Amino acid sequence: MEILIAICIGLLYAAGIFLILRRSLVRLILGLILLGNGANLLIFLLGRITKGKPPIIPDSAQTIADVYADPIPQALILTAIVISFGLQAFAIILVKRAYREVNTDDLDQMNTHEQ
Amino acid sequence: MNSNLIILPIIIPLITAVLQMFLWFRIREQRWIGLVGHSVSLVFALLMLSHVKDGSILTMQAGNWPAPYGIVFVVDAFSALMVLLTSISGIAVGIYSSIAIKSDRAAFGFFPLLQFLLMGLYGSFIAGDIFNLYVWFEVIIIASFVLITLGGEKAQLAGAMKYVTLNLLASVIFLTGIAVLYGVMGTLNLADLAQKIALSDQQHLINTIAVLFLVAFGIKSAVFPMYFWLPDAYHTPPAAISAIFGGLLTKVGVYAFIRIFSLLFINDTFIQDLLVILAVCTMIVGALGAINARNIRIIFSYLIISHIGYMISGLGVFTVAALAGTLFYLIHDIIVKTNVFLISGLLQKIRGSYHIDKMGGLYNSYPILSLLIALAFLSLVGTPPLSGFWPKVLLVKGAYQAGQYWVVGGILTASFLTLWAIVRIWSKAFWTPASDPDKLPGDIFRRLPFLRRAGLISPIVGLLGISLFLGFAWKPIADFCWMIATQLKDPSLYIQTVLQ
Repeated sequence: MEILIAICIGLLYAAGIFLILRRSLVRLILGLILLGNGANLLIFLLGRITKGKPPIIPDSAQTIADVYADPIPQALILTAIVISFGLQAFAIILVKRAYREVNTDDLDQMNTHEQ
Repeated sequence: MNSNLIILPIIIPLITAVLQMFLWFRIREQRWIGLVGHSVSLVFALLMLSHVKDGSILTMQAGNWPAPYGIVFVVDAFSALMVLLTSISGIAVGIYSSIAIKSDRAAFGFFPLLQFLLMGLYGSFIAGDIFNLYVWFEVIIIASFVLITLGGEKAQLAGAMKYVTLNLLASVIFLTGIAVLYGVMGTLNLADLAQKIALSDQQHLINTIAVLFLVAFGIKSAVFPMYFWLPDAYHTPPAAISAIFGGLLTKVGVYAFIRIFSLLFINDTFIQDLLVILAVCTMIVGALGAINARNIRIIFSYLIISHIGYMISGLGVFTVAALAGTLFYLIHDIIVKTNVFLISGLLQKIRGSYHIDKMGGLYNSYPILSLLIALAFLSLVGTPPLSGFWPKVLLVKGAYQAGQYWVVGGILTASFLTLWAIVRIWSKAFWTPASDPDKLPGDIFRRLPFLRRAGLISPIVGLLGISLFLGFAWKPIADFCWMIATQLKDPSLYIQTVLQ
């Protein structure tokens, strides 16, 4: 399972970096979204994957003796997902506005040096 | 020491922004509420600094969860100093913007956004947990995204594209660093991390994490070779917005650099050498950019980059003297960079352009104002006895004692190039007579009523006063920076107070 998720993360990062190196704005945004998802999966993987062991202390005990799934990575991912949702929504609108104003989807033609 | 009041710097701008949003269509009321909010923040920042100026540390455990498990807010002298500088810069920009920001931008929520931006800055300065720092960074960047695109001019959108992309990328890299750090150490609390990293034997893995953070903070604070977005983005929005960006946004990256690299990634020559090399390159490249540009705001943008190099170099040298120099430079830089961007806005109102070739003859039109501006420029350069001089003395001394001669050479060269850039602005915009006086666009500034003119000038004069004070009262401030630097060099008190 770990190997599979690790390969998945690698693919997401690779695809994300490939896409942000393109000149098209839409691909740029797609690349950033993929990178963000890769980072979220990475947190999940590095928090150690434990299956079917909720971090709940039973009534009869004071602590959990057994191995349990760490809840913190999941809380972190939730926060990161919410944040990246907002940022990506903004970035997509920005791309649309920029396209309408500058009339190009090509980053190289967007230079407005020294005006 | 435990104190719930240290969360007030976050609460005050939040309440102000919410009140302003309830009065969405009433711009006049928004301006006044904003000014009240800025003043209250400033008062609390002063109170907070007076509590911790002797070196004590205040903490707040959110929800009363004890330290390594819950979210913790920590205020030491360094944090309190940053909060104070932010509130000073905030009130100056607040006064300036309530006159300079036109109602078309204000109608889309400029004033609440400014408060949210300040809230994010205050939050990141008092966060005691690395994920919390990440969240405050996101608060800052989402507020700054909207501020930089507000108005939607063509140049603004093109600049914002780069700004947004690089900041999102920096966030992803920061998050990756946090993921690996949590995977290795199993904690996110800064004090707890400092303890565990010091005991860890996985130096190679820790260096990898350190470089991830270095890239993330390097993009945020525009360190060589990750600075390209800054001169493209910072000259596009209105002057009030670029003043708060130029004064504070790159400095929050520097704050994160100093906090994280003095607390977590210490005792490693690889990281320190890397920081020194990047710092020297940043100084020189930024200054070379500045002498090549002709738009006054692009010149200042490159100077921001160059002076970020000074601060990072002190961190790379990592002796108490060099760190004290870095901190003193940080104080000076926030005040002066905010001021020069406000000045560029004023000059634009007078001459209708940011281009130094199109200004001309300012000294003849406004002799007294020009002399004030000259003082601000000279303190940016660091002419003794103004505020830019003393931190450089500390930095050069610290670097020389540590045998880092490249840093000494870099600082001196970059200072000379800064002088060159500033002298060029002065001779072109102030001394050279306007090439064609009849063709000058109307002087908006002269036609404003007296109160509005006073409102535009007063933050500039106020910030200039503070920078003169920093220059003439350099001894107590240098001592204070020395005290903070000692604390940063030996974080045991920080760790103990947070984890008690």
